Amino acid sequence: MTSVKLPIPDANVIARRGAINDDLARLIGREALVTDEEGRRAYETDALTAYRRMPLVVALPRTTEDVAKVLRYCHDNNLKVVPRGAGTSLCGGALPAEDAVVVCISKMNRILEVDYANRFARVETGITNLAISARVAERGFFYAPDPSSQLACTLAGNLAMNSGGAHCLKYGVTTHNVLGAKMVLMDGTVVEIGGPYLESSGYDMLSLVIGSEGQLGIITEATVRIIKTAEGARPMMLGFSAPETAGECVAAIIAAGIIPVAIEYMDRPAIEVCEAYARAGYPLDVEALLIVEVEGSDAEIESLLAKIAAIAARFNPKRVEISADADHSARIWAGRKAAFGAIGRLSDYYCMDGTIPLGQLPYVLSRISQICAEHGLKAANIFHAGDGNLHPLILYDANKPEEAEKAEAAGAAILSLCVEVGGCLTGEHGVGIEKRDLMVAQFSATDLVVQMRIKSVFDPAWRLNSAKVFPLEASESLRSDTIARSPEAA
Amino acid sequence: MIARLAAQNRTVEVVGHGALRNAGRPSAADCVVTTSTLKGVTLYESTELVMSARSGTPLYTIESELAQKGQMLAFEPIDLGPAIGAPAGSLSIGGVFATNICGPRRVQSGSARDHLLGVRAVNGRGELFKSGGRVMKNVTGLDVARGLTGSWGTLAIMTEVTFKVVPLPQSILTLVYTGLPDDLAIELLTTAMGTPYEVSGAVHLPKASAARLQEPSLRGSRDSLTMIRLENFQASIEERKGKLKDALKVYGTPRELDAEASWRLWSEFRTLTVMPYSADTALWRISTSPSKGPEIVAAIQKNLAAVAVYDWSGGLIWLEVPAQADAGAADIRRAVAVRGGHATLIRAAPEVRASVEVFEPMKPELERLTRGIKTAFDPQALFNRGRMYATI
Repeated sequence: MTSVKLPIPDANVIARRGAINDDLARLIGREALVTDEEGRRAYETDALTAYRRMPLVVALPRTTEDVAKVLRYCHDNNLKVVPRGAGTSLCGGALPAEDAVVVCISKMNRILEVDYANRFARVETGITNLAISARVAERGFFYAPDPSSQLACTLAGNLAMNSGGAHCLKYGVTTHNVLGAKMVLMDGTVVEIGGPYLESSGYDMLSLVIGSEGQLGIITEATVRIIKTAEGARPMMLGFSAPETAGECVAAIIAAGIIPVAIEYMDRPAIEVCEAYARAGYPLDVEALLIVEVEGSDAEIESLLAKIAAIAARFNPKRVEISADADHSARIWAGRKAAFGAIGRLSDYYCMDGTIPLGQLPYVLSRISQICAEHGLKAANIFHAGDGNLHPLILYDANKPEEAEKAEAAGAAILSLCVEVGGCLTGEHGVGIEKRDLMVAQFSATDLVVQMRIKSVFDPAWRLNSAKVFPLEASESLRSDTIARSPEAA
Repeated sequence: MIARLAAQNRTVEVVGHGALRNAGRPSAADCVVTTSTLKGVTLYESTELVMSARSGTPLYTIESELAQKGQMLAFEPIDLGPAIGAPAGSLSIGGVFATNICGPRRVQSGSARDHLLGVRAVNGRGELFKSGGRVMKNVTGLDVARGLTGSWGTLAIMTEVTFKVVPLPQSILTLVYTGLPDDLAIELLTTAMGTPYEVSGAVHLPKASAARLQEPSLRGSRDSLTMIRLENFQASIEERKGKLKDALKVYGTPRELDAEASWRLWSEFRTLTVMPYSADTALWRISTSPSKGPEIVAAIQKNLAAVAVYDWSGGLIWLEVPAQADAGAADIRRAVAVRGGHATLIRAAPEVRASVEVFEPMKPELERLTRGIKTAFDPQALFNRGRMYATI
């Protein structure tokens, strides 16, 4: 998977590396820089590992002021900057460049304030997602967005990507759970947006900044909502003989006025792999499996699960199994949560992230099999059915370059399909470099220009995370660099 | 049409059905563009919890279509009309998102902005663009759609909006505590919000505003009223009610309002019946941390005869003050500034709204970005010029 074009690094900048390192060391201290080759290699990629670029230098600032100093320096010296959290982006959002300074926020990980009465926490954004919940768990609170990488990923990355998770059907995604941000602009200006109250004044800058993939600034501090944890939660499994019936069952649950906290869908290939790996007790004689979870007190859970079971019964399920206890619940979730790892043991895979209207699920699934078959490949599908977020995993052999190319081509066709049926290219992973050139499938030239003008307000010279998100042709007149096909593909 | 107006450099007042014309700074424009002819629901998939409508569709049309399928807008949009001297019922769905002014359930379920999924709009350059879409999860590109919420028509004219809808609750119950002073009442409400019982309304009416309630079961109250709403299926409400009363027993024994009375009571906040229109008073809307609410009100009341309504467990204050040259801006802004938050002047005579800052004044770095965003969408400043800020 190496077909994405990237800018040719500026040789003049690379030649100035020593002087740049010295300048940055004077500004934020030598100990806050990674300059040696071995150290920099740890930052050469993110979770889209097919692409690797050695960063010019990595800065690990410890304060907002230091971030501001580095950005102002880069601004004044016409250097590009790549912001980075934990580097768990699946779309190349944190991919470095040989002529860019990587500003990695991971050392800024303190919790600055927790206010239970007003239900917020103010934190530095290098903190991991899970560490926020861990800190407030003592009083039974949590921070709601829960991307699969939550043990490792930073809040900074979540803010940049507007991360979701399995429970966003009920609790929303990052943009629904952030109240305020302190952000450093490319010229070193520090801007405070919002604060520990539900609404900020003026234009909704938080909306523009959250999910902007490091295009507008680097958020160093954030005020996030914390929520009291539900009294309990319990899942049930529903197995069906056809994807259509599973889709209809989800629609019927919602039509009955029930919004479960999560509705996860797996197709047969995904079920088989997960069961073989995790022994979760999944039925192997079904085409579609739903894991439906509800929250509340024991009595509320019993009552809701019984209602859902009654609805499901109308669709002739092959299996209805309500979790009996905590162990059983853990087993049911273990299979789903192990899905990516389990499939990864079996085969290399390319994880897609489109969103589709629920009603289109059967059609989309059949088209995905067809598209993969046309490319000589297979796919397993995992779907957050409640919110329409579909993760087809295209299975291929990474040792065969032609298969990798085919997987990428099939992926592009699948994402275009998602757009065609009324959905979008990415529900929670982001655009990065991976889906950058597919943006034209979803947006008109004007739609993109409207977005790019906002980028130019925050970063007029396009130095921040350049050559990502926006198709290169569309942003050509705004960027100063030259684009080449990446050397791997040459 | 906008492209033609842009070529002629003619300024435009953007309106729906006129519900909001008396709010914001008065904006003198060469012409008026109304979305009132852009009517109709264009997509409604109740099982996918999504609806699209042209921006001029009246809010009541949207809500009655939703109710037919047992659904609603979670964020309880507030029709400011009656509070600012316009008839009730003239708010359009475009106005809902352009102002993002939401009612009590916002504290639990999020705002209009949180439920917006996509828009089609025309900017001040006459370009028709879209952002977002009809699916719940979408991180493709910048979130321009949400960025337009709360911009009061100063960036673009929305022509169609797509938003998330939710099921109507099967039942409602209200717990009403009486006679609590503001600080204790807010302590009660924040405690309730910190429980796992999904409290969907947390309002405190001090004595002066409580006396204005129309709901028969509470009418003529001579005490402050502190109200908590539970919405869910019946068995859950019963269970949660008991647990909440237990958790809040130090604050006294509440009255209980059944579903019918609760429905009437909470509907009153949709049109701010407790803050009725009057030329003798000005109306402010203050956003702050809930615990700071009573302090802010007390500080203002040292100088002004202010009547308050606390919503969102104290995080939103509707404040009525006597009409005067600056509508109390100096006192109010000072009280808010030292405690954190911001204040918006909602109702005052046009000359007052023209002379004081209606929206919270910005720090220079934020003002620079605001100006940049305005220019990106509307470089000639044709749309609602000066509506939010005098020079933008």
